Amino acid sequence: MSLQNNPHTNKKPLTERRWLMLARPLIIVVALIATWQALVLITGAPKYMLPTPADVWTTLIARHDVLFDHAQYTIAETVIGLFAGAALGTLAAIPMALFSPVRFWLMPILLVSQAIPFFALAPLLVLWLGFGLASKIAMAALIIFFPVTVAFFDGLARTETGWLDLARTMGASRWRLLTHIRLPAALPAFASGFRVATAVAPIGAVIGEWVGSSHGLGYLMLHANARVQIDMVFACLLILCAFSITQYFIVDRILRAALPWQPDSLKPVR
Amino acid sequence: MRDTEFAPQMAHNPTKFDIHLSGASVAFAGSDIFHDLDLTLRAGSFTCLLGPSGVGKSTLLRFLAGLVEGDVSGNITCSDGGILKNRIAYMAQQDLLLPWRTVRENVELGAVLRGERPDHARAEQLIAEVGLTDAAHLRPAKLSGGMKQRAALARTLMEDRPVVLMDEPFSALDPVNRLRLQELAARVLRGKTVLLVTHDPLEALRLGDNVHVLSGAPATLADAITPDGQSPRNITDPAILAQQAELLRQLGADIGTGYGAEAVS
Repeated sequence: MSLQNNPHTNKKPLTERRWLMLARPLIIVVALIATWQALVLITGAPKYMLPTPADVWTTLIARHDVLFDHAQYTIAETVIGLFAGAALGTLAAIPMALFSPVRFWLMPILLVSQAIPFFALAPLLVLWLGFGLASKIAMAALIIFFPVTVAFFDGLARTETGWLDLARTMGASRWRLLTHIRLPAALPAFASGFRVATAVAPIGAVIGEWVGSSHGLGYLMLHANARVQIDMVFACLLILCAFSITQYFIVDRILRAALPWQPDSLKPVR
Repeated sequence: MRDTEFAPQMAHNPTKFDIHLSGASVAFAGSDIFHDLDLTLRAGSFTCLLGPSGVGKSTLLRFLAGLVEGDVSGNITCSDGGILKNRIAYMAQQDLLLPWRTVRENVELGAVLRGERPDHARAEQLIAEVGLTDAAHLRPAKLSGGMKQRAALARTLMEDRPVVLMDEPFSALDPVNRLRLQELAARVLRGKTVLLVTHDPLEALRLGDNVHVLSGAPATLADAITPDGQSPRNITDPAILAQQAELLRQLGADIGTGYGAEAVS
């Protein structure tokens, strides 16, 4: 057999692809910063309207202690909210998929919960749960509860009927049918919901902080904005972006590793 | 050769009871699929159910498997007085392998679903029997179509049920793989009561001791054609070819025109 026909021995394109994989985010970041800088130069916007990337960088370095202190709160709220919301979503989706009365009663409540604008809910949560972490965790959990529940429920409801038939002829109990077939089959759908949740969870935490708090990046942004410290607002935004992206990639990696059998047509053929 | 290594092991547990299906009726959305149908599956015999697509072959098989819900009536009795439920193994057209389990874990699925300890040694033996020893640790995504159906066959055999219901298990395979799997199935299922649904007359004649044609709406069963000799039969045998012509005639094909088989329905 010719070695050239074997993709495993053809190393060069793979190395090139790796190089591009590492360089691509860098190119994107540089391009974004350049666009930003160009915008400042073209519009001639003053520093209190649109600071330059250099201004924001200076603030990031100079105020890193304050930023780090507040970022810890936002990150904690987001991560705890993410897991609380995902746990609640999972707990809601399973009985909804298994028992139709639960589905008929819970689905309308779920839809109503989504019809309420979250911004309107935030002051109430602060009123009920206080200025501390709890109201922000609740906000983040609420905002991700819906995507996780709906995605997981969908996955559970769409179990391949052939598998269920097979399991029935094998004499499977309802419980084992759930744990050995329905749940693993629904995991890719759950993963999709969880990925969406990961991306939106920080929004919940920041909204909560805007409405009423004494800590967190949302709080810091609101105060900096009021004092026309726009470089500080941008620094907070950058940290939030970096955190959201990092969190998304960590979650995505974990989910992919946990579901190696999931078909992924976008994965390069190796 | 691995394929024949364990062959004598398989016929040790022949089925000893007949199955009588009487007055079977199934209707979907108000229209009868079949009505008042009778069928007997003799102990240890291989019965093939042939018919055009959509006539109700799979429904009849699923009826026996207890998988049809809704507007259903009829009696299934076993000559030993037992019930059929929990004495069947089911194999479908799709391999129905769980993508998150390896071949070995898929073969052991039945025991796991019943909360029993899987017999690993037996699983290994059956995996070897279908020639998948080297692939036992792989997930289905890494297998070819033929290998997946072999794994499904091993899973079916692992259940060690006296009755095996197969719903077009080889129809998605290429001709060569189909012939190989038919051969394998004929060998490993010897002694068990088998009902195989197929739309391929040659497959039915190759494997079946009795071949029934199901046709019409509501569907009716024609008398069985019984090919001579032991399966898997030689499909180039003139007697088999003559019976194929008869089956095609029953299926509504206009043969002997000189232009090959042409459906008239």
